[in-house]
Order: sequence, then structure tokens, then C-alpha cells
Amino acid sequence: MCGIAGLIHRGKSSNVGSELQGMLQALKHRGEDSTGYALYGDTDGKNFIMRFKVGENVGEGSSSVMEDVSVYDERKKIVDQTLAEMGAKVVKEERTLPYSLRYEIDYDTKDLLDFSQRIESIPGVEILSMGKSLEVIKDLGNAKMVCDRYSLDKVVGTHAIGHARMATESGVDIKSAHPFWGYPFSDVSVVHNGQLTNYWNNRRVLENKGMRFMSECDSELIAVYIAEKMRHGATLEEGMKESLTGLDGVFTYFVATKDSLGMAKDTMAAKPLVLYESDDLVAMGSEEIAIRSVLPQEIDTYDPFDGEVKVWQI
Amino acid sequence: MANLKTVTKKSKAQSMGMHTEVLTGRTQQKFFNPDEAENFYYFGTYDVDFNKRTDLDVKDMTAPEANKEIDNLMSQGYGTIVIKNPQGKHSLGVGILNKLNLIFEGSLGYFGMGSCDGPIVRINGRVGWSCAENLMAGKVVIEKNAGSCFGAAIRGGDLICKGSVGARTGIDMKGGTIIIGGDAGAFTGFMMQRGRIIILGDVGINLGDSMYDGTIFVGGEIGSYGSDAVDAELTKSDQDWLKRKLKVAEIGENFDVSKMKKIVAGKKLWNYDNLEPTEKKGAI
Repeated sequence: MCGIAGLIHRGKSSNVGSELQGMLQALKHRGEDSTGYALYGDTDGKNFIMRFKVGENVGEGSSSVMEDVSVYDERKKIVDQTLAEMGAKVVKEERTLPYSLRYEIDYDTKDLLDFSQRIESIPGVEILSMGKSLEVIKDLGNAKMVCDRYSLDKVVGTHAIGHARMATESGVDIKSAHPFWGYPFSDVSVVHNGQLTNYWNNRRVLENKGMRFMSECDSELIAVYIAEKMRHGATLEEGMKESLTGLDGVFTYFVATKDSLGMAKDTMAAKPLVLYESDDLVAMGSEEIAIRSVLPQEIDTYDPFDGEVKVWQI
Repeated sequence: MANLKTVTKKSKAQSMGMHTEVLTGRTQQKFFNPDEAENFYYFGTYDVDFNKRTDLDVKDMTAPEANKEIDNLMSQGYGTIVIKNPQGKHSLGVGILNKLNLIFEGSLGYFGMGSCDGPIVRINGRVGWSCAENLMAGKVVIEKNAGSCFGAAIRGGDLICKGSVGARTGIDMKGGTIIIGGDAGAFTGFMMQRGRIIILGDVGINLGDSMYDGTIFVGGEIGSYGSDAVDAELTKSDQDWLKRKLKVAEIGENFDVSKMKKIVAGKKLWNYDNLEPTEKKGAI
């Protein structure tokens, strides 16, 4: 059992970091092994923002192997060298935690595949997100713990999705935590609640097509599956609709891009989702109490039906 | 020990599709002696006065605290309780086993009004998954929408949603009536064993999948039929009952019930384990 939440402000920005924290904290009983945020902040859109990790959180409850912090420094150095070799200029650098970094990069490319492959060829390094608005922040613990650790409550933007995870089929670590970046597409992220039963079959097919998987978490398949559809010209909504038949199992998932937010529910409607929709705000979550954290007044909400796909623009 | 047997002569209830078998055997014996009525006590119940009314604001309460306070108010004889600010909390109003007028001014989360026996409830909002699960008797009216597993395993009572409901409405229900004013999702009536479901709007795929008995009435379009769910003739008796029920439920009073579809169990899945392999294939 995991919890997912998302919201999109249409026509304005808001304090999405704080709002999503409230929504995910309301769902913490659905799982607090790890919590992740995909925040679409207000930026000037000039530079790429790369969130990446050079190690794992090895705190209490983690299933990762402990490493010396000096290893993280070595990996960071190699990342810096590789960026320089590619002509990518680091404009701003933040190291929130020894294993977690945020770079603003001046880099002129539309093809992030080669860029990502080179960075991730460095052992122990994983790009959590890459985009001009998107930032994926995920770590062990509940929503408030992660929010406090990364100072997310002041992030202003248009939309966000997040995930409160109870680890079932893979480890308690950052690489298995949601959201997943829609590698190699800029500003695409996914969160999922459910189980995918044809994960390995799909993974083999997609890997043969050159797509990359960083974890053994079945939810990562959704991000890769949709990214692969978009790579071949499908729109976000088309890719999501295809996933209803291409993915087997039970699922409710959200996908966000730079300017849109979408939801899809499997054909058995086995996983919960409550949705609030108005002209200026869409908020949704696994339970109504998530929505109540941003809209405490009486509102009209509903459960989307089986096989339903919806996409909203900012 | 009760036994089941199929009868050829149909009672009125059987002709309406409510059930097709009769109970025989020891459970039909009368054990109740009216002279001993005063010695019977239904644990957890109270004598309440419907005219004694109070409000309860649960904004800053947890669900167990709110439920305990409802119990406390009933023990003081309050027969009408208005719950303010439920704010989507889970498991509110569960386990009420006596007559009570309960009004929620707002929405409930999951498992609201579960395992109740007798209260009359009005929810002026929506409800999450598994509302009124295991309802034995009473009436629960939801003014807006409801989540999935609405009325799961209810045994009796009336469960009314004026809006739309999610998937698996009436799953495993064993009696009672569920009325939906809007649309219903997939697997409505999944494995239902008795009772009736009325849907005025459209319904999703696999309607009545593996239903053992009972009846489903649909006013709109049907996504698809589930295994062993079949059409049946809508009789005059059905129409009279539907009109009466919709009127009492304050929903769809002017709805043209003559155009509704009636779905019942095809009964091919009865005694499924005893079928030959080839027969099993035919049954599903």
C-alpha cells in the first residue's frame, strides 16, 4: 500500500512544496519507508536543473550498503570532470546532503540521452531528474522529514506530484523511491500506486530498445514505458492510454510534464484515487484526506472510473 | 443446520429475483419465546429519543475519539446527532447497533458507517471506499458521490447514493438494497449473493460478474456483462417495486422504470466445482 498525491494550479503559481508536503503527510499511514516529490518550480527556463545522487541514504531502515563519505566526493569529482568534457557549465551547485546534489547547468542540447548515459556510466551515480522546471527530491522517511531535510516548503511553482512509499517488491532506498524521472525526457516524472505483473517482460523489451532502468521497482516501468512511447512521437495522453493495455496489473499513476499533469487508472479500478477539479486547481490523492490538507472546506470530489485517463494543462 | 433447496413454485419475492432457494431444516424452528423478551439484551445498544438532538464537531478529533463520543451521546439518550466537520476522516460512525438519526455535514473517508444495524444516516457530502460495509439494517443516504466497494457485503437496509459510485459496488452483498442516482463503475454486483442494486445511470464493464443470486436493475448503458450475468424479463411487479423504492429513496421519482434492464444470475456457476471440465468452460 502506497499513497500518491498531485496538484496543478491553472493560470497561477503557488507554494507547491508546502502544499504537497501537507498532502503526502496526510497519507503517511499508507507508507513512510520513503517519500518523494516531483516539483515543477518557477524558473527562467534557461538552465537545466539536474538533481542527482552519488550514494544512498544508509540511515535506519535502509537496505543500502554503507559507504565511506570520501567515495561520494570522488564520484562528484568525476561528475564535474565529465560535465566539463561535455561542455556543460555548472552555474550553481548545492550539496544538500553528502549523497544528494543539485546542479544548475548551462548546456545547449535537446538530446539528454547521451548526456544521461555519460553521467550515469559513473558507478554509484544516478540522475534523479533533469529538466528546466522539474526537480525530483526523494529520500527515506515521511513527507515532513524529507521536506525539512531538503527545505522544500518554500518551493513555488505550478504543479507537483508525490509519493509516500511502503516498500513491498524492492528495497528501502532512494533508487527504488518514487517519483521516477521519465528518462531521457526533460521534465517528465511519474508516481504509481499498485503492482505491475508484466514488469520483467516489458523491461526486457524496452531494454532491447535502448531504454534504461535504474532500479528493480516495477513502478519505474511506467516512466520508461511512456518515455519510450513519447520518443516515437506519441503525446503524453496517447502514451498513457496505450499503457492501459500494455501494462498488466493494478495501478493508479500520475505523470507530469513541464506544463501538464495526467492520471490513469487500470481497467479493474483496483487502486484508489479521489479527484477534485475546478477551473483553477486540480488536486488528487489516494484518499480524500490528502485533498483536505489543501482544501479544508466542503468540496465536491469523485473517484475516476476504471480505464480513465485525464490530462490537465497549467 | 440449514439446508438449501430449489423450489418450483415461486413466491412474490422469488419472482422478483430476490432469491430462488428456501431455507429448510433446523433454523426454521422457532426458538424465541415472547415471554422471555425482557431478558434479551442487544449488547452495545441504547434507548434513544429522536427528539433529543445535539451537534458534535469532530474537526480536532481522531476517528476513534469521534466514534466514542457518538456512543457516549447515545448512552445519554440523544437520538439525533449532527456531526460537523468530518473532513474526509476514515471509519466515522462505525458499529452503531440501534436506531439513531445521524447527520454528517460534510464528507467521509474510507469505511464510513461500517458494520451498522439500524441507524438512519444522511451524509451531506461524499464518501470514500467501502461505505456502509456489512450494513445489517437502517438507511444510509449520500448526497454526493461515493468511492469503490460501496455497500460491500451488506445484509440488509437501504443504501442510497445520489451521485456516482466507483467500482465493485455491492460486492458480495447478501441482502438489502443499493440505489445509485448516477453512474457506477466496473464489477458492480461482483459475487453478489442476494439483494438488489438499482443504477439509474450507466454502469461499467463486467456487471454482475459471478453473481450467485439477487437482481440488478440498470437505467443507462451497460459496459459489459460479467460471467454468468444474464438479462431477465422486467415484470410489472418489478416496475411497481422500483417506483415505490425510488420514491421512498427520494431519488429518480419520475424516472421511467419501464425501460430499465434487469440482470440476474444465469446460475451456470452454481455447483461449479462439481462440473466436468468441458462444462466449466461453458459456464464462464
